[in-house]
Formats: sequence, C-alpha cells, structure tokens
Amino acid sequence: MTDSISRETIESDDIDPDFLNKVVDAGADRLRTCIQCGTCSSVCPSGRRTAFRTRELIRKALLGLKDEVLSSPDLWLCATCLTCLERCPRQIKVTDAIIIMRNMAVEEGFMLPQHRKASQKLVETGHAVPIDDANRAIRKDLGLQENPPTTHSNEKALKDVKEIMKRTGFTELIKEEKEES
Amino acid sequence: MPNRFPNVEASIRLVLPKLGIELEDIDGASCCPAPGVIRSFDEPTWLALASRNLALAEMAGHDIITGCNGCYGTFKETLSEIHEHPERLKEVQGYFKGLGIKFTGKVDAKHLIEVINDIGLEDIKKKITKPLNGIRVGVHYGCHLLKPSKNRPWKQTQRHTFLDDLIEITGASSIKYKDKFLCCGAGGGVRGSQIAVSVDIAKEKLDNMMEAGVDCIVDVCSFCHLQFEASQVQLNKELGEQKYQIPVLYFTQLLGLAMGFDPTDLGLGVHMINTQPLLDKILS
Repeated sequence: MTDSISRETIESDDIDPDFLNKVVDAGADRLRTCIQCGTCSSVCPSGRRTAFRTRELIRKALLGLKDEVLSSPDLWLCATCLTCLERCPRQIKVTDAIIIMRNMAVEEGFMLPQHRKASQKLVETGHAVPIDDANRAIRKDLGLQENPPTTHSNEKALKDVKEIMKRTGFTELIKEEKEES
Repeated sequence: MPNRFPNVEASIRLVLPKLGIELEDIDGASCCPAPGVIRSFDEPTWLALASRNLALAEMAGHDIITGCNGCYGTFKETLSEIHEHPERLKEVQGYFKGLGIKFTGKVDAKHLIEVINDIGLEDIKKKITKPLNGIRVGVHYGCHLLKPSKNRPWKQTQRHTFLDDLIEITGASSIKYKDKFLCCGAGGGVRGSQIAVSVDIAKEKLDNMMEAGVDCIVDVCSFCHLQFEASQVQLNKELGEQKYQIPVLYFTQLLGLAMGFDPTDLGLGVHMINTQPLLDKILS
C-alpha cells in the first residue's frame, strides 16, 4: 500500500531513556502523569502568538527526545508566568520542568547570547542589571545614595558573591565557548 | 529596583514610614537573582545567591521585604526549597563556608504590598488627604506575586481583589479589563532574548487597558514596570505615532499622591511615559 502522507519518524537513536528520569528526579515529580490534555498550551501567553506548545515540549520530554528538547529555541519562550502550573489537572509543576530542562540545556552549551551577557554582568557586579550613569544621576537628584547600598558599594559583599558563584561553578559555566575564545 | 527605578525606590522610602513601617537597608545585597532568568541557567547558583540575601536579613534579625515580584518569587521559592529539602540548606551552607555568612532559614520574605495589606484598609484610609476621585486605574498584579498559589499568603488562589481594594482606598477606581491576570511578558528571560514576543504580550494587555479607558496602570513589580514603560516607547517607535501613552505608576507612587506627597518627590518626573496628563487630571 502506498502512503503519500509524509510521517515524521522518531528514530530509536533519538530517544534517551535517562532523560525523563533526570527531569523527574530534579523536581518535576508528576511529569509522567501527563495526559496531554493541552491545558498548559491553552493558557500560555507565549503560545498565543508563537508556535511554542508546552504540551508538545512535555510530550517530547516524556518520549526522551533529549537533544531535540534541549537544543530547541522554544524552550526559551516560556515567561515563567506559572499559569500552566496552576491549571494543570494533574498538578504537574510544568514551569519547574521547563526550568530543569533549561538548566540541562545550558549545561550542554545551549545558552542564548543575551542570557550569557546578563549572567556575565551578575558575575562581575553582583547584579544582572547593574547601575549606570543615568540612574546614578537620578538617584542623586532624588536624594538617594548615588550607588545603592548593595554589592555596588560594599567590596566585601561583592567579593563574597563572586566567590559563591565560583564555588557553584557559575563563573565557569557562563564563560564564552572555548572554541570562540 | 535601585539600578533601574530609583524613582520607585524614592516613593517606597517616602510612603512606608508614614504608614508606620520602618525600613532598614540590607548592606551588601546582590541581585535576588531572578526566578525565571538566573534560575533557568543554573538553579544551584540561584538558590545560593538568594539564600545569601536572606541570610543577610536573618543575621540582622529581620524579615526581608521587597518591592518586586521577581525578588519575592525568588525568596519565597528558595525558602520553601530549603525548608522542604534540608539537604539543600546544607548545600548552600557549604557554599558559604569561611565567608562569615550564617544561614538557618529562620527568616521570612514579604512583598511590601503584603505588609501594606496587613495594615488594613481602614488604617490606610486615615492617611488619605487628597483622594484621587475620578481616576481610572488598570491594575496589574503580576505573576510571581500570586503564583504558585500553594506558596503564597493570599486568601484566594485566583481572581484576587486585594490590590484593587488598596487602589480604591485612594479614591481611584480599579477598572475591569480583559485578561487582567495575564502576564506582562517580561519574565523567564523572554524580554531579554525574544523581545518581539515579549512586547507583543505587553501590547495585548496595553490594548485591553486602553479599550477599558484607564488613566494609568498601577503595578507592584520592577520588571512589569519596565515592561509596560519600555514597551509603550518601543510600540510608538514602531508605529511612528504616539498611540501608547498610559502612565505607569508603582503602587506607592499612587498611594503617595493620595497621601499628599509632591509628585516630584515620588519620582513621577522621570518616567519613560509622561505622567503629567494624569497629574493634571488629578489636580483638576
């Protein structure tokens, strides 16, 4: 029988049986109870205007399609509004699952350049959004301390914060890819 | 907040003491860090830095108070993680070794709107000297203030009204609009990396509020605040006309106006979207 409909085939090689276990163990404990009802997709503000489908992402995770999930830019369309987590009839921590998979993606080297930049600012200053001259001037005009009483004006604090990020491995993690440098 | 919205910070520092809340700065705090951004990159780093900020408050003998939904989410989720999983507390204590940071997790985190709400509407009403009668407000609660509802202090899990009530105490009206509880679109690293999607989400909310005829937006989060201000500027630039002109106020700026503070002192002179039309309407 000829079949003119093109079917996407999932190759066995694409399936990583450990992937789902790792996501579940990291905290998305009810993920396997997903019934693919699509509530998550229907309430997703990003899904309203893009091809991002939370249900699809979860289905792929359940199938163990690790590389496809982790390399997908869609993984970064979630605004973490937590609506899907609130509404899931199986009480799956959908947002947590996405964050867990994002952590895995970063570990595999999939990090968007803008995100790397914000992380580097955090490592350098203790703030992902550091002070700038314009806001220093506004602070002064409003009678506030020019540099806020944060890591911006406390050397020991900044040193501690940098040391903690070294210990967690963050400083190393967000370095530019070795091939590029 | 201090690095992008010192004007909002100024309003918080003016208004809260007048409500009987004494503020003490945490010396040497860092980025919270953001619950959808840094947490998405490396959760243990997020947990460790959030714990350090909480530890600074704990060592000072206070609970932590924040004016940002993102920080609030980070602190609430960090506390629940270390309380439910004691091994995570040990993990962060390990990162703090030799740094003189003592952290047991016996500290609480509150959003300033929670603290204001706890004062009670009647007592706040006594502080109102210039009621904002006739002002139509589009309220934006934001996501992390309310969710996950299992780890939040509010009476309801959805269709909240506490912020509407706090706004109406100023004499202003909280206006019903479509999808009031929709996300602003900034979080989760979306604004940082997928700006078109992010601004489009904000646009949906802005359009809904404009349709309802609001005079201003009131929020309680620095990231939502940035999103509504900056998105309007960007949308106007793309359109080539000044269609989006809704002043965006932080709650303490609105309350401050009703308490008779000077608009300049409340930081209303340095907004991306001009607040003057709103101020004119209040004064007329």
